[in-house]
Order: sequence, then structure tokens, then C-alpha cells
Amino acid sequence: MSGLRIYVPGDAAAVAVGADEVALAIEAAAGRRKMAVEIVRNGSRGLHWLEPMVEVATAEGRIAYGPVEAADAEAVLEAAAHGGDHPLRLGRPEEIPFLKKQTRLTFARCGIVDPRSLEDYRAHGGYRGLEKALTLDRTAIVDEVTQSGLRGRGGAGFPTGIKWKTVADAAADQKYIVCNADEGDSGTFADRMIMEGDPFVLIEGMTIAGIAVGATQGYIYVRSEYPHAIAVLRDAIAAAYRGGMLGKRVAGSPHAFELEVRVGAGAYVCGEETALLDSIEGKRGMVRAKPPLPAHKGLFGKPTVINNVLSLATVPIILERGAAFYKDFGMGRSRGTMPIQLAGNIKYPGLYEVAFGVTLGELVEEVGGGTASGRPVRAVQVGGPLGAYFPRSLFDVPFDYEAFAKADGLIGHGGIVVFDDTVDMAKQARFAMEFCAVESCGKCTPCRVGSTRGVEVIDRIIGNENRAANTALLEDLCHTMKFGSLCALGGFTPYPVMSALTHFPEDFGAPPRLQAAE
Amino acid sequence: MPAHVPWDAETARAIIADRAGVPGALLPILHALQEEFGYIHREAELLIANALNISRAEVHGVVTFYHDFRQQPAGRHVLKLCRAESCQARGSDALAAQAEARLRVEFGHTAAENGVTLEPVYCLGLCSVSPAAMFDGKVVARLDERKLDKLLTEADR
Repeated sequence: MSGLRIYVPGDAAAVAVGADEVALAIEAAAGRRKMAVEIVRNGSRGLHWLEPMVEVATAEGRIAYGPVEAADAEAVLEAAAHGGDHPLRLGRPEEIPFLKKQTRLTFARCGIVDPRSLEDYRAHGGYRGLEKALTLDRTAIVDEVTQSGLRGRGGAGFPTGIKWKTVADAAADQKYIVCNADEGDSGTFADRMIMEGDPFVLIEGMTIAGIAVGATQGYIYVRSEYPHAIAVLRDAIAAAYRGGMLGKRVAGSPHAFELEVRVGAGAYVCGEETALLDSIEGKRGMVRAKPPLPAHKGLFGKPTVINNVLSLATVPIILERGAAFYKDFGMGRSRGTMPIQLAGNIKYPGLYEVAFGVTLGELVEEVGGGTASGRPVRAVQVGGPLGAYFPRSLFDVPFDYEAFAKADGLIGHGGIVVFDDTVDMAKQARFAMEFCAVESCGKCTPCRVGSTRGVEVIDRIIGNENRAANTALLEDLCHTMKFGSLCALGGFTPYPVMSALTHFPEDFGAPPRLQAAE
Repeated sequence: MPAHVPWDAETARAIIADRAGVPGALLPILHALQEEFGYIHREAELLIANALNISRAEVHGVVTFYHDFRQQPAGRHVLKLCRAESCQARGSDALAAQAEARLRVEFGHTAAENGVTLEPVYCLGLCSVSPAAMFDGKVVARLDERKLDKLLTEADR
């Protein structure tokens, strides 16, 4: 069907602010005018303060309008059809500074293509990475990924190529590719956006991984809190099977690759890779002791590549454009780009993909425009519930794995949550311990018991009960949890707690630190 | 809200048999049972244990480990309010207090008056449009006092 092509995002963030109603209203308005329109439910461009952001295909490219409400449908349609002006008209989305300043490699197609259409994916350069991979031998594919400098985007930052090589070198009758799509960190939504906006890039990345290491079965473990992502992925996988891009002979090659979605059940700890493997196996999501590494004994005891969504979704462009192209972006040992997620109390929230090296201050103040409330920024938490809280005095820290580690923090999965000056940092520290207590798998004592004791100790500090002694006790407890826990849940909960205590002691009843000392 | 059917062992057996051959079948089975009945009936644990040749304790352990699986049916409506950091930064604690006061129920329980089950959720990935919630499976964001009140009024009907 031809006619005016209108894009209304089907991304969950857009749907949560009324995109479905907008799509229905546009359809109805077009019907009343007997206008032929084709509505495409694309992903989101990531300019979330403008969602629902509707785009209309014109001879001059796409023209965006936003944020659109259902009541605006009639007027927007009128403006779109006759080129008239409209207060919500934003012009070409590519020219909006927030988008224009980005380097979109992983997110190159997100928000542009129809996420359920294999044809559209191909029309926008999809499957060129796989095409290239099929001309290389296995070692060369792994080498390309290693050379690119790509590191695990889930948070740990382990070199992806090294992981792949370990699995490629392991001899086994069956190997697996597992995609960790259990994106449980508050302030992160990049995995969700890719799965809802460009799922084929993930499917392609996993297929390349399978060919590279000799794995014929893949699983995408998606959290149950992401019903939209699950639905889009399942449709895309079915389309890839129909198009011969999954199955016994991938793209007509001798390589087989089968892919299936598995759904989590609301356990945060299943984002930890070994707990995730146990969960797919049908067990409680308990963390495993390492070694053995999943690369040697992973899913069902077989060699397994387990990578985050963003790591796998970045593989196709690395194969297509070459390792050198990707490696050229970034700083130090952090190569390429990072899809950063701006959230919480921020004026311009959304997805900002940029080369490593941008400072925290630039991201929060310039790109993000400061707080949404208009009050001063007081603290930003980077890297999810296990990430450190940074005060403004540390805003010059560049976005880089090593620089963040040096500042006693982590970039994690790239989420930034902004808080204004009404935040109570003792309450945030308490929440971090409470969250750990609720979500602990219970296998190791520092995490299981330490988190509950942590809540109690913080309560005593807040209640001014032996404050000095209890503060020392909290520091000691954090030390034990950091070095004695089996995984990052217990091991990293001390980051938000200690950073809150170090940078915001006045919220715990201590005299404020002298700013000059920083 | 998807309509659930009352517990029926025969239907459950068929659901289990359909999936028992899948590698790592337990979670897919539990999800399917909950989708059908709205919760995991005690008897289901025994049926699953027999079908998968594992102990009933193992099945029970899995059912109770994951927050998603219910051992009793939920109310007529389910409101999952995000309590995580990004939503906290946009005032979700006040919304949580508002919901508890209005429903006269604590988190984890069902309101007697309108059958709304109030539950916490730790992140819906809607952090750029915080505060967020899921009401009967539908996502809602940029919540404020007025929008939450409207949702709860809908639930009264």
C-alpha cells in the first residue's frame, strides 16, 4: 500500500507515554479524510523527552513532530500532508543537536527501520557483516573482533574476542551462544531499545558468533519486564527463519544456527552470567563459582559464549567495516563507542551513543541539559544499582573503563541516573543494601547476610546511634562484601554505599566535607 | 488483563507434556501455567516433578525463587510500580505512598475494595520517562499524582 508513510514508535518508552493511542488517532484521522497512510511502528530514535515522536516521510527526508498526543493527530496530519507549519514540528530528526552530535554505530538503524521487516533491515545495510564473515575462516572472524578492542558492554568490560577465542579453542560436541538480555539495572534501556528497534542486528551478531566459535544453538535470555522486546524478537526470529538467515543452512552456507528466546522471571541476579545459565537450565538463578569459566563449562556444561546484547549487536558493524574502523573511536583501552543512557531527573533523557572519552559533566550538563526539575544536580549514579554515586566535583571524569575504576566507580552498562538537591544520600545508600538483600541469590554469606546487616547499620548511623563506631563498621562490612562475595551483586553493592558515604557524609549526620579538599 | 481459567489438572498435564522435552523446560512450563491459570497451583509442582523426573522440592525451590511466580491468584488488577533509582529520582516514593494510602494496602497485597494487587518492580527499562509502572500488563510512564489517581479510578470500575 502506498500513501503517506508515517512512523509512530512501538518502543515501550513511547508506548508508555501514549504512542499506541497516537497511532490509532492518526489512522482514524486519515480515515475521516479518506487519506491513504501507511503507519510503521519503528523503534525509538532515543530522544525520549520528545516521545511520542512521530515522523513523516517526505521528499526532503523524514520530518519529525513531537511530543505528539492523540489529540494532535488531526493537526499533525494536516501539516504533514500539506507541508504546513505546526508547533510540534521538529524538522529533520538528524539535525536535532542531541542526535546530530552522536556517533551511531551500534544504534545506526534504531528508530529508522521497521524492526519486524527483514527486507527493511537488508535495505539499510543489514547482514553485510555476516556476508563478510562467511568469506573468512573462523580464526579470522575471532581475530577481527579481538582487534576491534570491543569489550563486554554488560558491565564487566572483558575483551569479547578473548572470550570467543576460548570457546573456539574448546573441543565439544555442542557449544552455545547465549545473549544476556537481562537488563535489570535501573537507568539502563539500551538493550531494550535495540531489541525493540533493530532486533536483526542482534540476531546477525549472534549468528556471526556461532559461526566463529562453532556453536549451532543460541539463546536470548530476556527479562520478563520487557514484554515488548520479547514480542519483537520472536517476530524477527521467525522472519529470519523464513528468510533462510537462521536454521540448518544460514544464508545458504554450510553453517547451522538455531535461535530461541527464553524469558526470565523477575530475578535481578539472573543478569549475572552464571546465574543466568542456571536459570535457562531450569534451576534457581544461583551464582556459580568460577572456575570453571562458562567458556569451558557453560550452559548444560558445554562451552558457551555469553555476551551482552550491545556487545553482540556491535559485532556486525565490526565485521562489515573492519576492526580498524571501530578501534579508531575511543580512548585508552576503551575502544569504539558506548551507547550511554541518560535517565532520572534530567531535562533531555534518552540514548546517546558516543565514542569513549566524553566527560561525565558534558553528558549531564551539556547533552542532558541538567535536571528536569530545574534544581541543581547533586549526585549522579553511573552503572546501575551497583554503580557509584558521583558528586559534581568529579564531573571531569572521562567515560572510560579505567578512568571510572580509578574514581572508585564503574561505567557498567552505561546508565546515568541524575538526582537533584532534594536527594537524601543516606536513604540511597540504605536502598542499595536493601535491594541487595531482596535480590541476593543466597549462595555466599557476605552478600546474603552482609546486605541485611548493612541496612541495620545504616539505620543506626541515620538514627545517630554510636555514629562513629557504626560508620567504621559499615566501611568494614563493605570491604568484606567487596572482596568476599562470589559475584558483582554482593561485590559491587559497596560502590553506591561507600560513594554516598565518602562524597556526601553530611547526609549521614557528619559535617560536610570541605569542597576545597577535592 | 488476560482472563485466567480455574485450576484444572488435565489442562496442566497437557501444558507440561507439550514442553517437557525442551532443554531447561522448567521456566517455560511455569510461565505457561501461570499464563493459563494466573498462578502456580500446589498440585502443579507435583505434576511437573513427575514429568521432568526431578524432586518436588526442586520445583518448589524454583517457584519460590523467582518474584514472577505466584502461589495464589492475584487480584482483578495488578499494579506494578517501579521502585528503582531512576524512578526514585523523579518522585516515585511519593507515588508509592499515594498508592498505598488510596488502596489501603501495603506492597505485596491485594486491596479489598477494588481487587488491585500492588507490587513493586525493579525497573521496567522506562527510565528515560520515569516514573513508570505497569498496570494489567500495560506500560505507563511520566506518572504523576493525577495520572496515578486516574489509573486507580479505572480499577474501581
